[in-house]
Amino acid sequence: MGSRGIKDQVAIIGMGCTNFGEHWDKSVDDMLIEAAHAAYDSAGIAQDDIDAFWFGTLGSGTSGLTLSKPLKLDYKPVTRVENMCATGSEAFRNAAYAVASGAFDMVMAIGVEKLKDNGMSGLTGSSVPSDGTQATSTAPASFSLLAPAYADKYGVDPDEMKEVMARIAWKNHYNGARNPRAQFQKEVSQETICNAPLIAGQLGIFDCSGVSDGSAAAILVRAEDAHKYTDNPLYVKALSFTAGPARGPLDPDYDYTTFDEVARCAQDAYEQAGVTNPRAEIAMAEVHDCFTPTELVLMEDLGFAERGMGWKEVLAGTYDLDGELPVNPDGGLKSFGHPIGASGLRMLFECWLQLRNEAPDERQIKSVDQGKTLGLTHNLGGRPGECVSFAAIVGSELG
Amino acid sequence: MIEATIRNKGSKMRGILGYGAYVPYYRLRKESITAALGSGGGRGTRAVASYDEDATSMAVEAARALMRSSETPEPAVVSFSSVTPPYLDKTNANAIHAALNMPSSVFATDMTGSVRSTTGAMLAALNDSRPVLMTTSDVRTGRPGSSDEANLGDAAVALMVGSEIDGPVIAEWLGGASATGEFLDRWRQPGWPYSRVWEERFGEAAYKPLVSEAATAAFKDVEISSESVDAVIVTGLHSRAARGAAGAAGVGDKPVVDDLTSSVGNSGSSHGLLALCNLLDSAEPGQLIMVISLADGCDVNFFRTTDAISDYSPSTTVAQQIEDGNDDLDYQKFLTWRGFLDREPPRRPDPEPPAAPPSARNTQWKFGFMASRDRSSGMVHLPPQRVSLKGGAVDEMDMIPMADIEATVATYTIDRLAFSPSPPTIVVVIDFDGGGRFNCELTDADPEEVAIGMRVRMTFRRMLTADGVHNYFWKATPIR
Repeated sequence: MGSRGIKDQVAIIGMGCTNFGEHWDKSVDDMLIEAAHAAYDSAGIAQDDIDAFWFGTLGSGTSGLTLSKPLKLDYKPVTRVENMCATGSEAFRNAAYAVASGAFDMVMAIGVEKLKDNGMSGLTGSSVPSDGTQATSTAPASFSLLAPAYADKYGVDPDEMKEVMARIAWKNHYNGARNPRAQFQKEVSQETICNAPLIAGQLGIFDCSGVSDGSAAAILVRAEDAHKYTDNPLYVKALSFTAGPARGPLDPDYDYTTFDEVARCAQDAYEQAGVTNPRAEIAMAEVHDCFTPTELVLMEDLGFAERGMGWKEVLAGTYDLDGELPVNPDGGLKSFGHPIGASGLRMLFECWLQLRNEAPDERQIKSVDQGKTLGLTHNLGGRPGECVSFAAIVGSELG
Repeated sequence: MIEATIRNKGSKMRGILGYGAYVPYYRLRKESITAALGSGGGRGTRAVASYDEDATSMAVEAARALMRSSETPEPAVVSFSSVTPPYLDKTNANAIHAALNMPSSVFATDMTGSVRSTTGAMLAALNDSRPVLMTTSDVRTGRPGSSDEANLGDAAVALMVGSEIDGPVIAEWLGGASATGEFLDRWRQPGWPYSRVWEERFGEAAYKPLVSEAATAAFKDVEISSESVDAVIVTGLHSRAARGAAGAAGVGDKPVVDDLTSSVGNSGSSHGLLALCNLLDSAEPGQLIMVISLADGCDVNFFRTTDAISDYSPSTTVAQQIEDGNDDLDYQKFLTWRGFLDREPPRRPDPEPPAAPPSARNTQWKFGFMASRDRSSGMVHLPPQRVSLKGGAVDEMDMIPMADIEATVATYTIDRLAFSPSPPTIVVVIDFDGGGRFNCELTDADPEEVAIGMRVRMTFRRMLTADGVHNYFWKATPIR
């Protein structure tokens, strides 16, 4: 791929993240104010210090005004960003490039989504006038196609597959139970997960991420300026984004056991960061566990498991909080829900806590003590065979 | 297409060149009505259009059955007759015209409203000099517990009517006659979900002399005696009058063919031709068929099968479709499908209607189910793409029809969250024989029977109706 990357040119010096949940008592404005000011406080700066803003939301507002009005910004540039479920990450990526370009000294990436005000079950799409011929299947139905295809290709029997999916949900709820910002802060037994009502295909309720409201923000400066604000910044090692021809719905060769976009995106990110053995070098990963089979397939697309071996690694606990490579130590979309504009920045917030040893003891990962310094965040938007993918690698050390 | 350059109206043998019948997959066991309501119902079954079917979509399926059966000329006219047209103002036949990929030069017209409009459409076609594709289709309803609910049924028929210069005539129209009387037998205001009927003995008395008059005039018109008649078809929504019609017509001693009431039910405006299709499915050459239709009067028409019928093999028969029906349909589901039971929908956004401009831009795709095939790589794209997925060639595509190509299920899922009038939705990813992948709904199928490797074919359906707009498109259905 042709991306040069901006390794070690940009640093995060402060972050803020609201609690995620059913915020009946909070508006979009309230959440933006809360996340932005938490980030200012975290960096020890004032709002006026920020030169430009990148603001991500899928549907909780349009234009920079959605941010500038509640924050009362002083005529600053605000770029509104949307890239489906990778919206929050996309705000971060573009904000980082703005700093790297030299155009601005200090910028904010902020995302928000208010899903609970529309009164619907699950996510709802925006409607572009159409000819009425598009597939109308829901997100769980689209992602449920992964499970039987994976099981069939790698000879996993249906009961084992159900166990693998339940293990992923169990792990993420276990982690979320240790996170006061999570929407769901309770452990859920694998038995409860397996016996939940079906939503689509083999996916039960606990195989699907929740629906919540939330906001998160990050403040970025040039790497050389970072220590003016904090002793332990996080450095941007890699930023990758892919959108492809969406071959899945057209191509009989697509078999629903991989996300081409993610595999390409991960490869690009690892090259930018100089990572050659992701499973060994990455301390933790926050990945897009919108549905449990998604996380399974991502383990292989992100190079955390050999093809066809991800399910065994899941069962072996490789990605558990105390495993070799903790995945979604904050509880993931499973425990946080998925307020679209906020999710990618919420993932970075966990890297911010974990890589700087600031996570609560009950979920602080050990890989950091073992000297690993890199965290990966990953989002995808769309559905198997036709999605956009984002991957970032951040690290607590330069070089 | 066979080009007719010289026509000498009246001197050429004219009649039926081909036919196609469509009986929907589902059957309601009439006893399930009795079980639910404590009254109504009866013995046998009635055919039920699925929740995603209407008179237009069923007419398309009948026309497709016709076109699969034989080489047919391109018609000059496509007509649609129905008591239950999905639209007023807008011509319903245009959707049929588009689904059959017909050129704009073909005239599409509705002849709808009354049961008798089908006879009108048939006589117009027979008296024309050009090939005419006539379709007739009804979705019949009745108030819960009524005789109509139990004894009527849903079905569609398509006939290709033409002259011998257009192709082999399999059943020649010999002629006939009609008798008309103004009396109140059955009626329905536009928008009513079912029709009303007067006390039946009055109608029986009103029909009887009209049947005699029409039959007498018809025999005179064709100059044949009742002795020559080999089979009699009698149809009419007034069942008492229909039962006595053969006698009143002077052919009480002749075999009256099965009126399909205990299997399909009386399909109203399409029923006479459905019975004719059923007869033609097994007819011998030289059979004289008398068709008596009772609807606001009486119409009698004579057809004689020709030698060409021996070579005609329908792609599917009425009997086969009756046999393939699924009679597991719940009465509650039947009521829901027909709008008699207003059930709680999932907590999801209301479905949106298709927009007019993109639908018009994509008519070949939306209605005609045409894909684009890259000339260099051969890659087939559904929906049609301008830039090839394989090789990236731009605008190097041929449009190819996919509706009659069979496919195999590559993978599938059951969507229990999606809005559907009949949840859950079955979503399938299918790969067409010869190339092309498509992601769509599987209809007329049980979630339990879906499997990777299942063979499917495409069927034209009404996906939903929103803001009064019917969204027609294609779904897959199991090959049974």
